[in-house]
Order: sequence, then structure tokens, then C-alpha cells
Amino acid sequence: MNKYFGRYLQRICFTLLMICALAFSSFAQNQPEMADVMRSNGKIYVVVTVCLVILIGLFLYVWRIDRKISKLEKNA
Amino acid sequence: MRKSWWKILSFLLLVYTIIAGFLADVPRLFILNETIRNLYFHVCMWMGMMVLFTLSIIYSIKYLGKNDYRYDIYAKNYASVGVLFGLLGYATGAIWANYTWVTDQGQSLGAVLKEPKLIGAAIAVLIYGAYFVLRGSFIDMDKRARVSAVYNIFAFAMLFPSIWIIPRLVGSLHPGAPGSDSGNPALNYKDIDSRLRMVFYPAIIGWTLLGVWISTLKIRLELMKEKSLLHE
Repeated sequence: MNKYFGRYLQRICFTLLMICALAFSSFAQNQPEMADVMRSNGKIYVVVTVCLVILIGLFLYVWRIDRKISKLEKNA
Repeated sequence: MRKSWWKILSFLLLVYTIIAGFLADVPRLFILNETIRNLYFHVCMWMGMMVLFTLSIIYSIKYLGKNDYRYDIYAKNYASVGVLFGLLGYATGAIWANYTWVTDQGQSLGAVLKEPKLIGAAIAVLIYGAYFVLRGSFIDMDKRARVSAVYNIFAFAMLFPSIWIIPRLVGSLHPGAPGSDSGNPALNYKDIDSRLRMVFYPAIIGWTLLGVWISTLKIRLELMKEKSLLHE
């Protein structure tokens, strides 16, 4: 069971890597610029990443408060 | 963590909101341009506020029926996070209006200050501010809980004329006014593009659940603090 799963995972990873490589190589043929994701489309992906970091940070914070309150509730 | 599936759902929906909200295709409109994406953030604050105030009034009514002090704590904390959402909605709306009504539409400051939607929203939030002033002015606990529960019903009732009805009757720059041929700009099917709705509705749910989560944290803390009063 585990072996099969591992083989599947390998295949999926390999396919994804091939797709990525193809995508990037086609970019590279057109322009000299190194066009990876974070630099494309007017750098909007940078903004998305920044917002996601803030959102994840906020949620981790609220989640920690939640856990602390749960602990207090158990002790009280 | 207690009953955490909806907290995770809130997180996932908001991650989706940010990714799709910034990257997905939106209608190309004059003046609004890319700011149409504020629909997923600014408008959701008001929707979340409405849900939180609704929860607050439900617990106020429950308090009046059962006289359980617990319900008073629920009502108070839902209202306070609701006011926070309202203030965030107001602040974001001010920024949005500055770059669409003032800069690009060339509206004068006088026209913006006369804007009925802004005045109405300010009145609504101030009425809820008075709810907390009222709460603070009582020493007797039972009296505070009862009077503020009744006041909360009044405050909720005032939301409807001040935010929803009057700005739609008189001329307004805000979407939803007569002249912009729409009823509720956020919920009208003719007014809002299906591409926007794909992100907008999940965003409302995500932000609202986050508000409810923060409220429950405040409620649980206060319940612990008032434990001696609750179990007498």
C-alpha cells in the first residue's frame, strides 16, 4: 500500500516539475529577463504574498489566544 | 481550541479571498478601475457588522426573556466586535471614496460631507457607541443588563433607516442610491458581476466567521472573569 502511494507521489512530483520547467523555459526563450512568478504581472504576487503573511500571522495570533483561554477554562 | 472546524473554514475562505481577490478577473469600469476589489474587503466589514449586531440583539432578547446574566455578556461582546467592524468599514470607505469620488469624479468636499450614506453610517455606529456609554453608567448589574438589552433593540432598529433605507431614498454618491438604478448594490443580481460574486460571498462568510471567533474569545474571557457572579 505504502509502496504504491510512494510511486504515485513520485510520478506526480515528476510531472509537476516537468510542467514548471517547460513553463519557465518558454519564458526564457522570449525575453532575457528572469521571469519567475514573484516578478511577473507588475509584481502583484508580491502584494498577495505580503497580505497572506499578515493574514496568517493574525490567525496564528488569534488561534494562540484561543488555546490559552481553553487552557484557563480547563484549569478553572 | 473548541469546535474548530468553522475557524479553519474562516481561515481558508480568507486565504481564498486574498488570492482570488487580488488576482481574479474583475469587470473593467471607469473611475472604479481596480478599486472594485474593495468589494471583498470594505463591503464585507459592513456585512460582518450586521451579522454581529444581529447576534447581539438575539442575546439581548434572550436576556430579557430568561434574565440569565450570561446572555448579557454575549450581547455586549458581539456588539463591541460589531462596532469594531463598523469602524473598519468606515475607515476603508473613507479611503475608497477619496480616490473615486473626490479625486477621479471631481466631487467637492461639501458633496462628500453631505453624503447620506456616510451620515447614516456614522449615526448607526454612534448609536452603538451610546450603548456602551449607557452600560458604563450603571452600578447595579441587573439594571445595567436589562436597560442596555432594551436599548440594544432600539439601536438595532435604528440601523435600518440610517444605513439601509434613507441613503436609498435620497441622492447619494454611494452605490444603491436612486439614479444608480439599483436596489442593494451588493446583493442585486443585475448590479454585481458573477465574477465578483464568486469571491464576494465566500469573503463575507470568512470575515463574518473571523468576527464571531474574536467575539467568542472575548465572551469566554469575560465568562471566566464573572464566574463568581454566574454561579451564585
